[in-house]
Amino acid sequence: MAQDTQNAIQSPIIRVRDITVQFGSTRVLDGLNLDVKRGEILGFVGPSGAGKSVLTRTIIGLVPKVAGSIEVFGVDLDSSNTSQRRNVERRWGVLFQQGALFSSLTVRQNIQFPMREYLRVSQRLMDEITMAKLAMVGLKPEVAERFPSELSGGMIKRVALARALSLDPDLVFLDEPTSGLDPIGAGDFDELVRTLQRTLGLTVFMVTHDLDSLYTACDRIAVLGNGKIIAAGSIADMQASQHPWLRQYFHGKRARAVMS
Amino acid sequence: MSGDPKLERIAKGNALALCATGTWTASFAPALERMVADAEKLAGSPQNIFIDVSEVAKLDTFGAWLIERLRRSLTKGEVEAQIAGLSANYSSLVDEVRRVRATPVVETSAITITGMLEQIGRAVAGVGGTFAGLIDMLGAVLAAGAHVLIHPRSFRLTSTVHHMEQVCWRAVPIIVLITFLIGCIIAQQGIFHFRRFGADIFVVDMLGVLVLREIGVLLVAIMVAGRSGSAYTAELGSMKMREEIDALRTMGFDPIEVLILPRMLALVLALPILAFLGAMAALYGGGLVAWLYGGVDPEAFLLRLRDAISIDHFIVGIVKAPVMAAVIGIVACVEGLAVQGSAESLGQHTTASVVKGIFFVIVMDGVFAIFFASIGM
Repeated sequence: MAQDTQNAIQSPIIRVRDITVQFGSTRVLDGLNLDVKRGEILGFVGPSGAGKSVLTRTIIGLVPKVAGSIEVFGVDLDSSNTSQRRNVERRWGVLFQQGALFSSLTVRQNIQFPMREYLRVSQRLMDEITMAKLAMVGLKPEVAERFPSELSGGMIKRVALARALSLDPDLVFLDEPTSGLDPIGAGDFDELVRTLQRTLGLTVFMVTHDLDSLYTACDRIAVLGNGKIIAAGSIADMQASQHPWLRQYFHGKRARAVMS
Repeated sequence: MSGDPKLERIAKGNALALCATGTWTASFAPALERMVADAEKLAGSPQNIFIDVSEVAKLDTFGAWLIERLRRSLTKGEVEAQIAGLSANYSSLVDEVRRVRATPVVETSAITITGMLEQIGRAVAGVGGTFAGLIDMLGAVLAAGAHVLIHPRSFRLTSTVHHMEQVCWRAVPIIVLITFLIGCIIAQQGIFHFRRFGADIFVVDMLGVLVLREIGVLLVAIMVAGRSGSAYTAELGSMKMREEIDALRTMGFDPIEVLILPRMLALVLALPILAFLGAMAALYGGGLVAWLYGGVDPEAFLLRLRDAISIDHFIVGIVKAPVMAAVIGIVACVEGLAVQGSAESLGQHTTASVVKGIFFVIVMDGVFAIFFASIGM
């Protein structure tokens, strides 16, 4: 385990350097630097509209950046060729805020979609793996034949996570995974992410506003403000910080309630 | 660290060990599946079997499940296969997949004769449902209209004007262009064939009657069904999918009054205007071709047109327009509200909206033709 930790420090799985993202004349990210270490759960917080989702979408290549470089798994995404990029994309999974399940496919087909595309395995194995993934995210096998429109909000999040995990990625991006879930469901979800990280050795990049998640699930927390990372570190570091927004966030009424 | 996965058989006294080595991950899944299928043939041998996973470099859900699958198929009756040498890192993963019940997924049944008959039956029964739905919507729109007449303040003028802009004003260029071209083509074909009988001038009669009575309004109605009917269905359908219509209802608004009435009204007002503009453009195009191609100068064309057509022809055409607009609008709104949660359903209902819209427009046109013939117009 000690050696693992050392390796983790040596090779960040995501290395973001000086990225700048601009929409019109509004600069959303301004020379931002961030490292995500292998095997950690990084919680990413910041005020609404600070650009948390923009950063996530920039890393996964959905938002163009003006300047800077992004390396994932040691591959520079700007200079990589198509096959390198596909290889990187195969190794990450993304859970979108609204789930983004394909509405015309059943849950089973949604989870099998990436497998069908990337792996040449039998239908039997795909079905079995789908059942395993459903069990992992805490859903019953009966859910497999339902359509996304027949699922509750929490189930959609779970299915979306199962789809994000369908190829056993090394890295998952979770955009507000617990928003819209009841506290028990959210707690289960945190526990689930923790378990998956332990069992599959996942690295998790999690945008969240859920203080419970930050306390129970995250190894490290990064805070976004004014287009930059204003602080990064353990929950204790966050609490010790003198930054006004952090003080409010981690010493407010809600935070005290969670801590106690 | 990495390496192609292997599954070797090593006999150990009266036991058989299957040694898994290499990387047992999703990338190697096809090869892994073949190896496991091979090894599964050992089932039934009386020996004790161990699956030794101590040499596995990397394991993920795919690898863990295949090992678990192998263990299950080798466990038959007395003989129990066991997994040995599992490292602590992976034990929780293996425990996780061990809990999975391998319930075979029930595939939807193959196509059968009874299934096909059932589908035909349902489709036929669905036709009745379609008519009921249309009449239902017509009633709801009329009721909402009556309510607005009694309470004029609840009328949504802004929305109606907005939809007028969308379906009328913005449609003018394309409608005028297409009807102009159709007018040109009718005139050209007419002159080409009539010239053989020396009856060039009668092209004006044909153009006038055809355009004012039939083509103008029919063509415009078909274009409007494709252009605005589909838009209505898609708008209402995506609002339905995102629960916006439910939200309206919970706030005490009637979706028919807020969403559908302004759209219907805009369409019913727009279609006569567009049909008129279309008819004029088609006459203009036909006149132009008659002059340039047929040598009928504008003065002669207008003189002949005045003789050939009466106000009746124009009325017959224009009276159909609002009725067709109402049919298109009702079909579009019914389809829009029938959209279910998926993107596919939205596509199906938008298609159905246009297809049914055009179908009913043509049926209505036929009904009108019979009606006007029997009253002698």
